[in-house]
Amino acid sequence: MPTLPTHDFKDSRSPDFPTAALPLLQDTQLRNNVRHATGVIQGKRARVVGEMPDWQALREAGQRMRAHSLEYLDFYLEQFEERCTAAGGHVHWARDAAEANRIVVQLAQNSTGRVIKIKSMTTEETGLNRALEAVGISPVETDLAELIVQLGHDKPSHIVVPALHKNRQQVRELFSRTMNLPDLGERPEDLAEAARVHLRRQFLSTPVAISGANFLIAETGGVCIVESEGNGRMCLTLPRTLISVAGIDKIIPRFQDLEVMLQVLPRSATGERMNPYNSVWTGVHPGDGPEEFHIVLLDNRRTEVLRDPEARETLHCIRCGACQNACPVYRQTGGHAYGSVYAGPIGAILTPQLAMMERGQSLPYASSLCGACYEVCPVKINIPEILIHLRGRVVTGRSKTLRALHPEAIIMRVMQWIFSSSLRFSVAQRVGRIAQRPWIRRSGWIEKLPSVLAGWTRTRDLRPLPQQSFREWFHARHRESTSTSSRSEARHE
Amino acid sequence: MNDIPMHDPSSARSEILARIRSANRGIFGADREPTPEESWRTIPRTYRRSGSLADSGRVQLLTERLIDYGAGVYQCQSVDVAAKVADILRSRRKQKLLVSSDVDPNWLPQDGTKFVYDNAFSYSDIEACDGVLTGCTVAIATTGTLALCHTSNGSRRALTLLPDYHLCIVGASTIVETVPEGFSALEAHRLQPITLISGPSATADIEMTRIQGVHGPRVLDCVIAV
Repeated sequence: MPTLPTHDFKDSRSPDFPTAALPLLQDTQLRNNVRHATGVIQGKRARVVGEMPDWQALREAGQRMRAHSLEYLDFYLEQFEERCTAAGGHVHWARDAAEANRIVVQLAQNSTGRVIKIKSMTTEETGLNRALEAVGISPVETDLAELIVQLGHDKPSHIVVPALHKNRQQVRELFSRTMNLPDLGERPEDLAEAARVHLRRQFLSTPVAISGANFLIAETGGVCIVESEGNGRMCLTLPRTLISVAGIDKIIPRFQDLEVMLQVLPRSATGERMNPYNSVWTGVHPGDGPEEFHIVLLDNRRTEVLRDPEARETLHCIRCGACQNACPVYRQTGGHAYGSVYAGPIGAILTPQLAMMERGQSLPYASSLCGACYEVCPVKINIPEILIHLRGRVVTGRSKTLRALHPEAIIMRVMQWIFSSSLRFSVAQRVGRIAQRPWIRRSGWIEKLPSVLAGWTRTRDLRPLPQQSFREWFHARHRESTSTSSRSEARHE
Repeated sequence: MNDIPMHDPSSARSEILARIRSANRGIFGADREPTPEESWRTIPRTYRRSGSLADSGRVQLLTERLIDYGAGVYQCQSVDVAAKVADILRSRRKQKLLVSSDVDPNWLPQDGTKFVYDNAFSYSDIEACDGVLTGCTVAIATTGTLALCHTSNGSRRALTLLPDYHLCIVGASTIVETVPEGFSALEAHRLQPITLISGPSATADIEMTRIQGVHGPRVLDCVIAV
């Protein structure tokens, strides 16, 4: 078997967040699209969440349910395996992305050179499409947004609406070129119709489908998939073989628990009371749907995340994307700046952990810690706290020497030395007042600091040190008042 | 490919389970006291688990919520379902409908419209029909959701997927108010394939504009028999 290219969090090299964000911030089209889309979903979400008098109780239940599932993860995974197998499904285990891809590729090999796919963040994470292409199988994305991303050789930028960075003119241009439809209109209806026609033939003629999973139900061995367009149902129903790839964290204990998950997920994800289609199936159902069902349970370092008592909560995530829509940083940059399939606040905590802190170290800093993500999270993941915790891990993860020689550490040590003596402090102020002169612009602000300090002024201007410090002012005032009072005393005498 | 020289499925399974156990042991200690069952029972469920609406209120709410998501909704007495179905199909110009096995034969009008029960039809046969007529196991009013529990003899999933039109008959007695009530009613069917349908298929992938009807039936009508 040839070596397959895999998307391994550890191996990928991408620029840090501020560097990656810079060109994106200059793309006004992208920023408009992102702002519009996130604004619309946020508004819809707020409205349907506002309808629920028991929303906080649902969040609480959701949080406890997810924590419980992870606490008994080994038990539930074994139970899922047993029940799914009893229902005619095949359960596979994959330690990492490469292993998951190898399993899927092997299973898909007898397909006719093509597989149809339902949008799945997990297969994005494993880089499955590239692995399939490497052995000559072309994966056809069937979700409208994913189709847009795939035809444009683009990357998804949002968990729920992966193509939100493209507007209708851009989509029309893409479809008309790739589907050979010169007269295609640009109304969203026209574009959806084009996709319907384009994909219907594929649904009916492709023997293998690949999906992710929203929930794995331990009690029954069943799988639940949440979707809107019906492409999911097509893929789950029509092909002869269905292969689902799911992170081990997707488990929920019982069928009944869907009563919580299917209340919090749709309202948080798309701002709908319920998304148009939810499918639940258990193994194979003779006479209805695929004859063969495989599920690949993927670790890919989730068990490492599980080890960290303060960050394991990251695995509670049900991939709704509400934190992205609420995040003031994401709303400026869009998803691509995060250099990971998981963007936004959840990406900022998930990506570096899945990369075992060897990559994505800039991501925990890509936040103002405003807490909007925590507030909207349907399972109450305390993202700001985890961000701070991970910042700590980034720092302690550096080698002792590197930590000692890090410019920030040196600056802090010097500051400490200065701040711990009033004499040094006032001398430093006086020196600084002179040293800063060449950097003060006509506006009266410092717009650019030299060398290692430049990072600070890259995105903000700095007030120069004032000509008189508070202490100097206070002393001067004191001197003045003692001299006036001594004068007045003199008069009294 | 370097860290795993050979694909050994059994070792992947035991390795992942071992990693999970070691991680959880590090956090909860070696002996976790409550069993999974006991611990599961402590999940707080203080959210609404039953509704407060009377029968007519549930019908009203379901109607509003279905309309809100673009479904057509009609109400009639149980004895008039066939007449209502005839009206709707006439105005929709549908002549040949597939019928799911959960449909009461009394609901079918005898007006010349062709109704066919599934008989191991091929997908292209199903696609060639003008639409599909089904019943519904449970309807959830709060979310405007119709739950279909499929069986391989006569109500398989493809029937409600390939035709462009879906007409669903909802008996008022199957309507519940809340999602938890819906799932308790589905509990008995939990091993069957289940499809929850809330409005016709839709997408908002382009500029967040909601477009109705992508791959599933583009039109969904619902008759509520009171």
